[in-house]
Amino acid sequence: MDGASPDSRSQSNRRALSDIRGERASGLRERVIEGGLFACAAASVLTTLGIVVVLFMEAIPFFFDVSLLEFFGSTQWTPLYADANFGVWPLVGGTLLVTVIAISVALPFGLLAAIYLSEYASERARKIFKPMLEILAGVPTIVYGYFALVFVTPLLQQVIPGMGGFNALSPGIVMGIMIIPMISSLSEDALHAVPDRLRESSYALGINRIQTIWYVTLPAARSGIVAATTLAVSRAIGETMIVAIAAGQMANLTMDPRESVQTMTAYIVQLSTGDVPTGSLEYQTLFAVGALLFLMTFAMNVIGQWFARKVRNQ
Amino acid sequence: MSTTSTKLSVSDLDASYGDHQVLHSIDMDIPAKEVTALIGPSGCGKSTYLRCLNRMHELTTAATVNGTVQLDGADIYHDDIDPVLLRRHIGMVFQKPAPFPTWSIADNVLAGLKLTGGVPDNADEIVEKALKGAALWEEVKDKLDKPGTSLSGGQQQRLCIARAITVEPDVLLMDEPCSAIDPVATARVENLIHELGENYTIVVVTHNMQQAARISDKTAFLMMGELVEFDETSKLFSNPSKQETEDYITGKFG
Repeated sequence: MDGASPDSRSQSNRRALSDIRGERASGLRERVIEGGLFACAAASVLTTLGIVVVLFMEAIPFFFDVSLLEFFGSTQWTPLYADANFGVWPLVGGTLLVTVIAISVALPFGLLAAIYLSEYASERARKIFKPMLEILAGVPTIVYGYFALVFVTPLLQQVIPGMGGFNALSPGIVMGIMIIPMISSLSEDALHAVPDRLRESSYALGINRIQTIWYVTLPAARSGIVAATTLAVSRAIGETMIVAIAAGQMANLTMDPRESVQTMTAYIVQLSTGDVPTGSLEYQTLFAVGALLFLMTFAMNVIGQWFARKVRNQ
Repeated sequence: MSTTSTKLSVSDLDASYGDHQVLHSIDMDIPAKEVTALIGPSGCGKSTYLRCLNRMHELTTAATVNGTVQLDGADIYHDDIDPVLLRRHIGMVFQKPAPFPTWSIADNVLAGLKLTGGVPDNADEIVEKALKGAALWEEVKDKLDKPGTSLSGGQQQRLCIARAITVEPDVLLMDEPCSAIDPVATARVENLIHELGENYTIVVVTHNMQQAARISDKTAFLMMGELVEFDETSKLFSNPSKQETEDYITGKFG
């Protein structure tokens, strides 16, 4: 463009200016589109906020009638009986019992599966195993619940004496199977992200494969594994269908996995499918239990996300 | 310097990744207790060659090796040789420092002993000796319980060298040990390599010819997976016998 006359250059400048004006006009359209997209994103955030607000608005009046001391102090949960007790521990205990059983199943299996996939499996085996594991998470929970009630419970009854028709063990085990992929998938990502030079440095010291995995690779991936476990715990605490079907409807403060227990979620199902009058104290227990459940899963999610972020930053 | 014995004897060594042959019949006698540098253009196979010397190459998928490598006269590719045990005799330091995360500085130094049969009673002495050997002791002696990953890059690399010499290998392989650290740290590690050369047989891959000239006793020049020239460093850099070597060290290519 060396030989261009001043005249033709100013002409091209004018054209450039008119282009910029066009940009301005379409800038308005950009803003409309951006606004629309923002509204969609905001809708989901506002919905969540709305649910939380309603949950706590309805839960607070409950504590006008039932003190926090009774809620967290009493060990009886009989809101529907004439002699009503509002101690939430049986529900929390039932939830924790099933969750502990589920994690005891899911953590070893999920972690070992992750180790196999990340450290041992060939590319081909990985391609086959990974999607198959993930199918486990895609099975509808109602199917798991039914599976626990009509297949696993009778099986357990043959092996373990005193096993009830409704019990904590069977849904706990089945829930554990369901959350295996949550643990294996995130843990595998974390193991995969461990740089090869760590493994090779270990091999170069004459350390064998198993010890390298146990003492070098797993510790390096620990944040991801903790994140996976926390998110899985959160999922187990909130899981509803399996326990509503197979754990029973008896609020029961026990650590015996053979007995029937009611989890917080199962209580909410029982009550919301029943016919308690709106606005009554029984009705409000729904929100009190719901709010507590929300706080528990929320805390686990925050912890889990915090660890997950730590993994990404490494 | 001339009365040296051979530590590693390589003969007719081929190495491949799947169908792609990277090394073509390398013959080379690596002298004991000297520093041998491997130089050559990127992709010439020098890292692969190094990894064949402690059987790390075979850890890569579809990697194969043919030929023999003898350590003090014994073939390391013999069926009876356990590659895991072999690597206690032939240690390795990598391009990027890799201290074990969650392990303290002291534990990192002891890692090899801890996981391969136990730490003797004089663990503290071993840590001190290894860290002094790696010219790191003065900088870390007051924070041995801090994580190894809290050190700077150059310190981490010297920690990895300390970790490698703790298991008392005969041979130390180094794959571009200074390429990921700053110039000051590089100078320290170079001095260290030179000092270690008095007690260990060292093979160091470098892309930096000045570095090879500074630290090594002998230098091998590789190109396209073949050994072009292997001679005393002073001779190779001042009066190379092959035209390709001269073209490379004078910067005509590479």
